[in-house]
Amino acid sequence: MLKGLLGKKIGMTQIFDENGRAVPVTLIEAGPCYVTQVRTPEEEGYSAVQLGFGETKSKRLTGGQLGHLNRTSAPPLRFLREFRVKETELKPGDKVTVADAFQVGDHVDVIGTSKGKGFAGVVKRHHFGGGPVTHGQSDRTRTPGSIAAGTGTGKIWKGKRMAGHMGNERVTSMNLRVAYVDPERNLLGVLGAVPGGKGGLVMIKEARKQ
Amino acid sequence: MDDILRSVEAPVNENIPDLGPGDVVSVHVRIKEGDRERIQEFKGTVLRVSRGGQNSSFTVRRVASNGIGVERTFLLRSPLVDKVVVERHSHVRRAKLYYLRERTGKKARLKQKIQN
Repeated sequence: MLKGLLGKKIGMTQIFDENGRAVPVTLIEAGPCYVTQVRTPEEEGYSAVQLGFGETKSKRLTGGQLGHLNRTSAPPLRFLREFRVKETELKPGDKVTVADAFQVGDHVDVIGTSKGKGFAGVVKRHHFGGGPVTHGQSDRTRTPGSIAAGTGTGKIWKGKRMAGHMGNERVTSMNLRVAYVDPERNLLGVLGAVPGGKGGLVMIKEARKQ
Repeated sequence: MDDILRSVEAPVNENIPDLGPGDVVSVHVRIKEGDRERIQEFKGTVLRVSRGGQNSSFTVRRVASNGIGVERTFLLRSPLVDKVVVERHSHVRRAKLYYLRERTGKKARLKQKIQN
């Protein structure tokens, strides 16, 4: 069975585990997902399963999207993502639910888009220490300081960490333990935090580095 | 979406009455020993009640042998708390009774509150 799902982040709370300890949990509305296409080495050169998630109105999709989805019996779906697999018995139109994919105790990687922080300074973006605050220093508490050597080198190294756009990028939270599964409401609870804000799309996969 | 979060959280423990600072209580704690479960009592004075929904807690202080103070904090919705029995209420003028930590003997007494 495919160990992967698409979901929507609902938010964080805490629940009590089997030992009675309170543990932090992120709830995800995971699935139901529909297999919209199966990529094969013969056809596309690699094997993967394309999953769709998020039922919507058909008027919200373009003709091309609808045409693609109409090849299967899937309803109109907002999000399509591919999961690489070695081989699969899944066929287009199959439905994948939380109970099929994950159980309590499994370890998963959760991929999402982090919250955008806008143009962020070097202290926030790269955890620089900033400058001194006292001893007569007035205009350099959050500055990067020196960014390179002098005229001898005469340049700034590529990749030098500086201020710039932060967040709103793909982030993977690895090795989160599944603490809660509710097949009826398609809910999945993982221990710890998950990238992105509430309502954001997340991809849940079997953990790569267990 | 908050409704979904609330539905997953632990429910309010019906065996815990409304607690306030100064209450002398006996907390019945479930303790697992291997595959056996037993109940241990922890008796003392409520030092504080911290309200915060799912994360609500209360702290109980008792003076063990040799005058050593022992404090334990319990989550109000923890499944480990079987029940709480309030033995008496005290008349206190503060929400957090941290000053009891520095007091021993007669000075650490609290006046009983008679409820009408």
